[in-house]
Amino acid sequence: MASVTYDHVWKKFGDFVALNDVNLDIEDREFLVLVGPSGCGKTTALRCLAGLEDITDGEVRIGDQVVNDVAPKDRDIAMVFQSYALYPHMTVYDNMAFGLKLRKLPKEEIQKRVEDAAEILGIGQLLQRKPRELSGGQRQRVALGRAIVREPKVFLFDEPLSNLDAKLRVQTRAQISKLHQRLNTTFIYVTHDQTEAMTMATRIAVINKGILQQVDTPQQLYDYPDNMFVAGFIGSPSMNFFNGKFTKEGDEMIVDLGSFKVKVPENRKELYERLVGQEIIFGIRPEDIHNPEYAPPSIIAEEVEVDVDVTELMGNEIFLYLVSGDHNFVARVDPRTRVEMGDKITVTFNMDNMHIFDPVADPDNPVAIR
Amino acid sequence: MATSAKSQKRSQQFWTNFILIIISIIWLVPILGILITSFRPSQEVFTSGWWTILPHKENIEVDRISIADSVDVDGPITIEGITATFDEWRTGIELDDGRFIQWYGNKRNRELVVYDEQWVGFNTDLTLKNYSDVIGGKTITYKDGQGNTITRYGNNLGGAFLNSLAVSIPGTIIPILIAAFAAFGFAWLNFPGRNILFTIIVALLVVPLQIALVPILQDYVRMGLNGTFLGIWLAHAGFGLPLATYLLFNYISTIPREILESAYIDGASNFTIFTRLILPLSVPALASFAIFQFLWLWNDYLVALVFLGEKNKTVTIAVAELVGEKGQDWQLMTSAAFVSMILPLVVFLSLQRYFVRGLMAGSVKG
Ligand SMILES: Nc1ncnc2c1ncn2[C@@H]1O[C@H](COP(=O)(O)OP(=O)(O)O)[C@@H](O)[C@H]1O
Ligand SMILES: [Mg+2]
Repeated sequence: MASVTYDHVWKKFGDFVALNDVNLDIEDREFLVLVGPSGCGKTTALRCLAGLEDITDGEVRIGDQVVNDVAPKDRDIAMVFQSYALYPHMTVYDNMAFGLKLRKLPKEEIQKRVEDAAEILGIGQLLQRKPRELSGGQRQRVALGRAIVREPKVFLFDEPLSNLDAKLRVQTRAQISKLHQRLNTTFIYVTHDQTEAMTMATRIAVINKGILQQVDTPQQLYDYPDNMFVAGFIGSPSMNFFNGKFTKEGDEMIVDLGSFKVKVPENRKELYERLVGQEIIFGIRPEDIHNPEYAPPSIIAEEVEVDVDVTELMGNEIFLYLVSGDHNFVARVDPRTRVEMGDKITVTFNMDNMHIFDPVADPDNPVAIR
Repeated sequence: MATSAKSQKRSQQFWTNFILIIISIIWLVPILGILITSFRPSQEVFTSGWWTILPHKENIEVDRISIADSVDVDGPITIEGITATFDEWRTGIELDDGRFIQWYGNKRNRELVVYDEQWVGFNTDLTLKNYSDVIGGKTITYKDGQGNTITRYGNNLGGAFLNSLAVSIPGTIIPILIAAFAAFGFAWLNFPGRNILFTIIVALLVVPLQIALVPILQDYVRMGLNGTFLGIWLAHAGFGLPLATYLLFNYISTIPREILESAYIDGASNFTIFTRLILPLSVPALASFAIFQFLWLWNDYLVALVFLGEKNKTVTIAVAELVGEKGQDWQLMTSAAFVSMILPLVVFLSLQRYFVRGLMAGSVKG
């Protein structure tokens, strides 16, 4: 069991920067999920930790040990690959026992560990099969088993669920969470799926274009994103963004979004005072836009007139695709709402949960003003 | 629409099968002829074709009729109730019961032969003597077409067979082993000069081996390797390595990277990865190259002649000599052909089952 530290880690492939000054402290026994869009450098980050890639600059530490120059086998880690990477010519038993045999464990110990792991994963009856005789879900379990039997200090998972169907994915997700509680070891888990990240992680690290964006607990990340990328990436459907401007009308501070205006709540005025007159980006999540009839009573509501473009009934909720001027946005409203395409309706914004981003300082990734 | 597509498909299938059958017949008939000839007694080989061992109808002599001196052979002659002139008898006359009577020889012979058409070829006489003759090295005797006994020196194909084995088996295994190591290195290990070395090896593919024969021979003479098995093993290994390395490289580099990386993390060294993963996973490529290399060595005449020469004759050299000395003795040539063919056939058929597709199945992706 050990902590993991990325200390100013750079990874370049030629001129291409895959990891850009990554600093990340992962505590012992943490379940850290590294999440980001495809191609952002998640796998590279894992491979650098596993020792499969040399880092260009910086330091990677496992526990107190700097492992930059330590061979993969001596890092005491186990990795579950996205493609499972089972040894195709070996039985399930031999797949799991391979690493233990190489480490010259006694035979009885190997057998005990393999059987225990098979028990945990429910693949006891498959031990004599070859990988090609297994279903996708079973292969995935064998890949997990191969990691478990090693009893490593750190587990690395690279999108282990991406090849499973939706139902199996949800089941296995729960299983991996349980596994974490049971093994009580550091888990580092890579995924591009923010739902996976939100449901499994003790902390989430969001990464984009090789740059670490924010590291925090799922709830903090959802409530207080540091920048527009994180705000848009976490949550589904993603946050609505509107280009606008702060103005003053008498005592009130107003967000002017062109086709409509909303009042800034009393408690936030001071925070935004310095941005009055400046371009800003206003963000609000679909779940913070309500049908006034069913809106919770305690919110600071602002009413907005909109046209309904499309409605999507999801059963427990309704997605409304709304238009106002040249803004298109989504609302996630109470399923009792009765509206049709083309209707003109009034919705209420929960201004408590509004977000403001400042595009002037960094136009590519506006910072949240908090 | 659907039916016409179906019938078109069926007719395509018909033509494919038809052509395949024709090709098989063109191949199989001569081989069958050689096989049968090699088992027939020498005297029969000299007097009739191999197909006569198959059941067929033939006019068999059943009787002879002599003409009494009292009969005038210039006039009409009556035999078995038929009257005809000498010329007609000489051409032959078929009786109502199917028998066929023909004058034998000239007029003064006064004899006719009676033939009857009968099924023959059911009690074929086959023998292994031809094989023992070509395999043996001592003097051999056999009968020619007239039944005279001929005595010759044998060609000792048995010894040549062992020599060919002694050339082909190490000559196949040595380059495959070296090439497999090299291919693994080129495909998966990083070392300086990797690309240049690999390019040189691939470039060597275009060098014809005939160019290298004489210089190598000169070196061998100097080193005392000429005529030794070690010499020819090295020569064949050298000539086979570029292709072997290239083919195995192509195969080994398609093994998914994650499998090897997984093994590295599991604690495997490069050598362990080679022996426990690369070799077992490359079996199809190893087997197919082994077949090619083995067949090429087994059938090789030129390299064996140059580097082994007279001292240790291989099958190809022994057969070539047989053709020179006993070119008319078909029973020996055909059995020699089969002696030289039998091992390649066995090798091909037994290694064929390693050409399995999808060995990598189940390793990556769900
Ligand atoms: N060996 C490599 N050589 C060059 N570029 C690479 C290599 N490995 C990854 N990259 C690049 O680095 C970026 C990050 O890749 P990766 O870490 O695999 O992304 P992901 O977040 O999808 O796992 C990608 O743009 C990819 O093209
Ligand atoms: Mg990836």
